[in-house]
Amino acid sequence: MRLESPAYTLGFTTVVCVVCSLLVAGSNVLLKDRQEVNRLVYLQKNLLQASGLVQPGEKIPDQKALEIYRSRIEPRLVNLQSGEYETGMDPARYDQRRARGDPRQSREAPPNPASVRRIPDVAKVYLVKDGDEYSQIVIPVEGLGLYGTLYGYLALERDTTTIRGLSFYENRETPGLGAEVDNPQWKLLWPGRKAYGDDWKPRISLVKGGAGPATEDPYHVDAVAGATMTSNGVTRMLQFWLDELGFGPYLRKVRERGGP
Amino acid sequence: MEHYLSLLVKSVFIENVALAFFLGMCSFLACSRKVETAFGLGVAVVFVQVLTLPLNNLLLRYLLAEGALTWLHESLNWVDLTFLTFIVFISTIAATVQIVEMALDRYFPALYTSLGVFLPLIAVNCAILGGSLFMAERDYNFIESVVFGFGTGFGFLLAIVALAAIRERMAYANPPGGLRGLGITFIAVGLMSIGFMMFSGMQF
Amino acid sequence: MALFDKHKRAALFDPLLANNPIGLQMLGICSALAVTTRMDKALVMSVSLTTVAALASLAVSLIRKFTPSSVRIIVQLAIISSLVIVVDQVLKAYLYEISIELSVFVGLIITNCIVLGRTEGFAMQNPPLISLLDGIGNGLGYSLVLLTVGFIRELFGTGRVFGFQALPLVSEGGWFYPNSMFLLAPAAFFIIGVLIWFLRTWKPEQQEEN
Repeated sequence: MRLESPAYTLGFTTVVCVVCSLLVAGSNVLLKDRQEVNRLVYLQKNLLQASGLVQPGEKIPDQKALEIYRSRIEPRLVNLQSGEYETGMDPARYDQRRARGDPRQSREAPPNPASVRRIPDVAKVYLVKDGDEYSQIVIPVEGLGLYGTLYGYLALERDTTTIRGLSFYENRETPGLGAEVDNPQWKLLWPGRKAYGDDWKPRISLVKGGAGPATEDPYHVDAVAGATMTSNGVTRMLQFWLDELGFGPYLRKVRERGGP
Repeated sequence: MEHYLSLLVKSVFIENVALAFFLGMCSFLACSRKVETAFGLGVAVVFVQVLTLPLNNLLLRYLLAEGALTWLHESLNWVDLTFLTFIVFISTIAATVQIVEMALDRYFPALYTSLGVFLPLIAVNCAILGGSLFMAERDYNFIESVVFGFGTGFGFLLAIVALAAIRERMAYANPPGGLRGLGITFIAVGLMSIGFMMFSGMQF
Repeated sequence: MALFDKHKRAALFDPLLANNPIGLQMLGICSALAVTTRMDKALVMSVSLTTVAALASLAVSLIRKFTPSSVRIIVQLAIISSLVIVVDQVLKAYLYEISIELSVFVGLIITNCIVLGRTEGFAMQNPPLISLLDGIGNGLGYSLVLLTVGFIRELFGTGRVFGFQALPLVSEGGWFYPNSMFLLAPAAFFIIGVLIWFLRTWKPEQQEEN
């Protein structure tokens, strides 16, 4: 058969396509489980860093991270408007990012400085167990930095205002400048700061030119050097998620109840 | 509305595909000797970008993403074909370019003679595939993908025409031998990139 | 290297300096620069690209006699994108954190001019072994430039090499004050420009006419 005949060409491309698709599908099937475990471990390690169960910058084996997470962290679902726990759904299977994009499970946010556009009806929180007690509440935060959305976790103590840590698992900021939100040294500035002022309005903010130690200057944290826009973004997103549209109602209920 | 305007400004100036993300560099350097050629390539990029980005967006939404096939049948909600993203995107782009080329040749011969030569180059232009991949990564909706497609294409057009104008003038300069041509062009691109950096942080 | 004759050796080593794909043919810079802010990212990107270039050249060369010329480009693209998908899957499975940072740039290997340029320009006409070597050689040439740029940017931008503090920072009691400018896009262009200048001053036959 001639090399250029339509039948041959069609046959040839079909064979190439079949071989390629086998290769691609095969690699996906073989590696999928591993990738999912990776993704999970990555998020969990980040959460553990925020809550201080693992020190920022400390490298621990995946197995250990999974173990600590399993024994110490309890994910829960919270209705953001009422502030009550949502018990009808399984937290492990709830995909908050997808819910946020789904009009049936989220609503449009009013214009806000953090540029959050949609708020999910239900959000995930993580309770940290210390023996029989819950010692911390970890809330997910997200908001616009300079180049894109930053995603992270904010860990609060039982009093809902003392910060245990903040950690971002996804950012698109400039390496060396905005992306320093990932720097362990910077993360260590957070423990002990206060999220709310005396009137229970969000008060924590990032300031240029040096905030004092947590005991003297609890409402301020050093801005990321050379990254004003990213720092402003972090301030705005924290204030948004701590306020009424975010986890404000939930955290108030926690205070009224005297614990999570 | 402001949101789309903001996205447009962002994709044209702040995140210029060529100057901030280094995409489409091969043709960016190869076709920037003369303003006319640069303009032709730039227009072709805008054109293809506006066509392929929304198309890829639909494919992503209704074929590739996890649970995207539910519109066919409820029981297909577990299917996740995202691993096929690359190959589907590049096929869409290659096919679109081919179809546009044939359509231009048939119906707009004048346009074909000026744009046609650039179209094959575009199928493998990273700026085009990059645009689609960024769209997927940032999870843009349909209208956003149209705006973003136009923005990245126009940003590329702007950058390449500016560079061509600079190079036309640089032809009269006499840099050291080793810098001549490619070397000095890179330095010029670097300076342009600094210029574009002043837009960063602009928001509406 | 008695294993290979002169011709094969040239296929492997020429692209490193004498005929470097970035320095001379200005190919494949698209993805080359965005991943050079850190050495580890640059290294992973280099290894990925070299693997894809080598295997794609080999595959295209193996089927070159059976490929109808009308569909050759799309066949090459199909082969390359399949390989890139496999590489991307492997990275996500074994080097997850780096694969997040490389984001879309692994996918952009598909449109990297080096890969398609070598399959179309070399592997379509040459036997498999030498095509494989040519693919590896060009991949290594690209890697050399990428790692050099990565080294300069990471060292001067953060004082680190592969994430280890090589120069003690002022903020940690040392003497080095990192220049973050090196981490921004323009610096990559300047560094490439200056590298080309050095390369062509050293090898004047590569200089362009004015």
